[in-house]
Amino acid sequence: MSEVQAAVNNGVNVEALLGAREALTAAPEAAQFVWRAESEWQSGTHTRSNVQRFFGLGEEQSHVREFSYDTDHPEIFASEDKGSTPVEMVLVGLAGCLTAGIAAVAQNRGIQLNSVKATLDAPMDIQGILGIDGDVRNGFDSITVKYTIDADASEDDIAALVAQSQKRSAVFDIITNPTNVHVEVNK
Amino acid sequence: MIARLLKSARLAGTTDVVVIGAGHAGLAASYCLGEQGIDHVVLERGEVANSWKNERWDSLKLLTPNWQTCLPGFSYCGDDPDGFMNMPEVVEFIEHYARFADAPVRTHTRVTAVRRHRGGYRVVTNRGQWQAKAVIIASGACNTSSVPKVAENIPARVRQLTPHQYRGPQDVPPGGVLVVGASATGLQLADELQRAGHDVTIAAGEHVRMPRTYRGHDIQFWMDRTRIMNERYDEVDDIVRARGLPSPQLVGSREPGMLDLNYLQKGGAKVVGRLMGINNGTAQFSGSLRNVCALADLKLNRLLDGIDSWVLGNSVLCEAPERFDATQVDASPSLTLKLDDGSIRTVIWATGFRPDYSWLDVPVLDRKGRLQHEGGVVDAPGLYALGLPMMRRRKSSFMYGIEDDARDITDHLVSFLDAASVRPAA
Repeated sequence: MSEVQAAVNNGVNVEALLGAREALTAAPEAAQFVWRAESEWQSGTHTRSNVQRFFGLGEEQSHVREFSYDTDHPEIFASEDKGSTPVEMVLVGLAGCLTAGIAAVAQNRGIQLNSVKATLDAPMDIQGILGIDGDVRNGFDSITVKYTIDADASEDDIAALVAQSQKRSAVFDIITNPTNVHVEVNK
Repeated sequence: MIARLLKSARLAGTTDVVVIGAGHAGLAASYCLGEQGIDHVVLERGEVANSWKNERWDSLKLLTPNWQTCLPGFSYCGDDPDGFMNMPEVVEFIEHYARFADAPVRTHTRVTAVRRHRGGYRVVTNRGQWQAKAVIIASGACNTSSVPKVAENIPARVRQLTPHQYRGPQDVPPGGVLVVGASATGLQLADELQRAGHDVTIAAGEHVRMPRTYRGHDIQFWMDRTRIMNERYDEVDDIVRARGLPSPQLVGSREPGMLDLNYLQKGGAKVVGRLMGINNGTAQFSGSLRNVCALADLKLNRLLDGIDSWVLGNSVLCEAPERFDATQVDASPSLTLKLDDGSIRTVIWATGFRPDYSWLDVPVLDRKGRLQHEGGVVDAPGLYALGLPMMRRRKSSFMYGIEDDARDITDHLVSFLDAASVRPAA
């Protein structure tokens, strides 16, 4: 087993992840995280959002630096297209989360990944957001993620990686299950 | 009132070991203790095999074939080795075993408290107290039905039934049924209600798909031969997960060959994702159905691959390998279901079972109320468990699996008593 593990390197520190899992099982309060983003309207449909700080392991944490994201609408909506649409950001989040999971699970299972590519399609009837038809929801009709994976493993083992990644994915859960959302206005 | 209090306060007896529960586990423990000449008593809240007699639905049969059904020193000897016992037959089998083992059972003796006392345990019952050096908890793994918190939001007009309340289709009013859960319980009840003419929707989270028969032999034959069922609690990667696995989608019957979501769908059932919430009278299901089905299909194929490769290395007469169709999932399974428009009249909570430790006054439960133990050796001197899922082996929750566990636990207990007795007297 150690022979296999020594040969596989997907750039994921599985020992650290497993160590964290063990430590947090013993101290569930340290597992309470809060993720944050801050945003500010720029102009029109353009908003800039930043992330840097989050809470976890019982204290304030920080990314190595601030990351900044622009969201806007495309020109066909008479916008200036200064960034991806917010709904595309949801797909970005899903792709990032599932792919990170695939890498972690592959490392844990001793599977060398050579390439992992995904295309995401999310049909949407925009009669919903435009208020044309009240029976049409605002969000995606569905999301289809198609992975193309080159790895030193059987077809079934690769399918199992993708399945396990969905099972442990936060964004997959956020999208597939209802979440209470509180939007308030500071006075 | 006072008479009753006095009755429960008096000392009924002193013994080395109190076994709580006269089901298959408690009686197996009694047999093994008897073999080693250990003084003990078996306290039973009702009658022998009480849960099997009173707390199971009518159509339930054992998930293991008769040839496999055995207890320490005792095997099935009827004329239908490939059949499956119904509940009256299980009760008869266990009652027969109690007589065979000559178990010192005190029936109608309900344990109301167990606490540390004088270096051992004080076991309080409705018929007096017992003082014991050790206690074996064999009171069952399925004392109560687990019902998720969202049940609170089910509209009042919808009848809710747990598997403990359900005896048969006669308990279910005409109309649609939502079965929540896709383990053996959920699948069996969904199938039975569909046959009885109900429109059935089944909400499926993670589940374990398994054919009754593979390559001409019962699946339990393969699981036993390939030693899967003998895998020990200290050999698995994630014991918490292994102990929480839903029971495989099996039924004690040769028909259908595989009671799975495909079979239910052929009969008209609608399959939806895991029940996640109930909002304004509408049930919300997870969009992860496709993935939980993919996980179950992959896991089934790994099981069959394992059997096939075992067959290559061993000599056994069997049929050719086969693979089963993938679980069929609609292109867009329903994410919601209205519970307040009369189309669904009943919700069945096939969402698992839990043991009841409300009487256990020893700090050995974890923050989720689970008994903390290492292979049945509980985290308190002289306290043991028996009959819990994956307690020492994958087969621990099956009747035939109790023997190895009971012998291990008894051996541990005997050395515990020996060590206690060599301590110098005060």
